[in-house]
Amino acid sequence: MIRKSAERVGTGGIFLLVVLAVYLALGLIRPDLVGNAVSVLGRLMLHLVPVLILVFGIMFVTNLFCEPGGIVTLLGEGSGARGWILVVSGGIVSSGPIYMWYPLLSDLKERGMKDSLIAAFLYNRAIKIPLLPMMVYYFGWSFTVVLSVYMVLFSIINGIMVQRLVGGEQKG
Amino acid sequence: MRSHAYREALLKTLQSIKRSLPILLGVLMLLALGGALIPRDLYGRIFTGNHLIDSFIGAAVGSVSAGNPLTSYIVAGELKRQGVSMLAVTAFLVAWVTVGLIQLPAEALMLGRRFAVVRNIISFVMAVGIAVMTVLTLGWI
Repeated sequence: MIRKSAERVGTGGIFLLVVLAVYLALGLIRPDLVGNAVSVLGRLMLHLVPVLILVFGIMFVTNLFCEPGGIVTLLGEGSGARGWILVVSGGIVSSGPIYMWYPLLSDLKERGMKDSLIAAFLYNRAIKIPLLPMMVYYFGWSFTVVLSVYMVLFSIINGIMVQRLVGGEQKG
Repeated sequence: MRSHAYREALLKTLQSIKRSLPILLGVLMLLALGGALIPRDLYGRIFTGNHLIDSFIGAAVGSVSAGNPLTSYIVAGELKRQGVSMLAVTAFLVAWVTVGLIQLPAEALMLGRRFAVVRNIISFVMAVGIAVMTVLTLGWI
């Protein structure tokens, strides 16, 4: 019976139920804290709705126009330099928090995207062009340029290492 | 023919949304709770003054923190103003955006447990490595 219910809600549902249980338990001890968290959650959700629509929109377009073979050519085995350029630039220009992109990446992974390219995409999410002036304001031009260049270089090293350790059977 | 392709793409997308939404909502709830639990002034109080140890502390604090990168700039700017070393501040900045302990369960559920754990460990080590390289390069320039 429990197993059937678990299968019905799925691992994501179980995860959400666990988090809800944490909220409930904390709410009994520190209702003020949970109240704060709920108001932060409301603001977060309002802020993220456009990003979520964008991500699911891209997912729809890739489902519509990209055959699994096309994904493999662009982002799978043998995608080569083109694959790296795509994920580095895609990671930099993509907006919103990193976790909003997990569904799309999960979808692309099922259709043949390499772990190395997923890792590199996620790493480049760290470089946000609209926020660079703010970084310059706090830390100066030279720091911003040097750090950004290292982030791009290390994203590729990160991808290769993840591929080696996670999917040894695939080439990085 | 074309409407069939649209319907199929829409169905696939809806299935992905159905699978992802509970996980995304769970992560958002954890992030909101983390934000309410960790006071901002805690950051400045945990650094030791030792450059090497502080770079790991910076990376560790960045790893458990989450939110807009803009917030990380503000916090890191404040740490720098308080005299925390650039090594620690840079490790903190890099780990904030590349390592995500709070979103680790979601990453594991959607991209695979091994992938998520390995990626986050490597990114943590790299945060310290990038901090060292950045500070060395700036010193050399």
